[in-house]
Amino acid sequence: MHYRHSDTVEAEVVPAAAKILIAGGFGAGKTTLVGAISEIRPLRTEETLSDRSIGVDDVSGVDSKTTTTVAMDFGRITFRTDLRLYLFGTPGQERFWFMWDDLTFGAVGAVVLADTRRLADCFAAVDYFEHRATPFLVAVNCFDGAPRYQPEDVRIALDLAPDTPVVLFDARQRESVKKVLIALVRYAITKISGDPAYQGRPLRS
Amino acid sequence: MSVPKDRWLDRDAGPVVRPYAVTMGRTVPASGSYAGLTDVVTAVADGGIPAGAHLSRVHRRILGHCRQPITVVDLASDMDLPVGVVRVLLGDLSQYGALRVVAPPRGHETNERLLRNVLDALQAL
Repeated sequence: MHYRHSDTVEAEVVPAAAKILIAGGFGAGKTTLVGAISEIRPLRTEETLSDRSIGVDDVSGVDSKTTTTVAMDFGRITFRTDLRLYLFGTPGQERFWFMWDDLTFGAVGAVVLADTRRLADCFAAVDYFEHRATPFLVAVNCFDGAPRYQPEDVRIALDLAPDTPVVLFDARQRESVKKVLIALVRYAITKISGDPAYQGRPLRS
Repeated sequence: MSVPKDRWLDRDAGPVVRPYAVTMGRTVPASGSYAGLTDVVTAVADGGIPAGAHLSRVHRRILGHCRQPITVVDLASDMDLPVGVVRVLLGDLSQYGALRVVAPPRGHETNERLLRNVLDALQAL
């Protein structure tokens, strides 16, 4: 899907809004993470079904239906009136991938949630952010009863770049989530300051 | 238990009137361009609505909501309208000159400053 942005004008004071994406497979803990640290806000998006989703969704019997409603995990942290952080859980199902470019545009970075019981679920997200050169880290949600792995094992299993952070955390714990977000922002800063060519370039295809 | 004929209209489907009815079926803003999720919308105080412009109740609600600058996502969330619908209606209002849509400034230095501010704020949480 192709998007174009509105012609816009510079304002003298624009409330600063940073955006972090929370990606990962179904049940990896996206909703839990967002709820642990931010004010959960209702957000729906009504989207036209893309060609891709038409193949995936069973649209038989709904001939005239060309849109789908997606309820999104959306959280907001208001630090100050002029500084907010938004957390967007990216819809995991393949049929919603057409929304990812829109979500990723202008994002500070992404947290890819990994569940060691279903590590393959986050391959797609890792590929996506690597391809878009969006700073991301892999956060291994330590579920009760799930096998514990060292971050290095996860790095190898996901074939991550040497500098991509891998952290173990608990999505239910506010302090733990806070550390993950701090690690991501730090990493994004090193990416920006280490790469002068980085312009936060538009990520839309 | 009978299976509903239309599986889209389950309990989670939301209002039975499809949201795009609010836009009279339009899924793309009139200008063809979309406001970004974190673009900031502000109603123009003296925005003159052109004669003959059709403003619905929802258009007017949007205008009322963005007297103070507000991001597109917050607007959609506050009004409980899907983002896609809000974008179409914002496109109308923008064309009428009734509001301004401002994209967050981008660029290397701006991004780094924003990141450092967010880092400080997160650490102080």
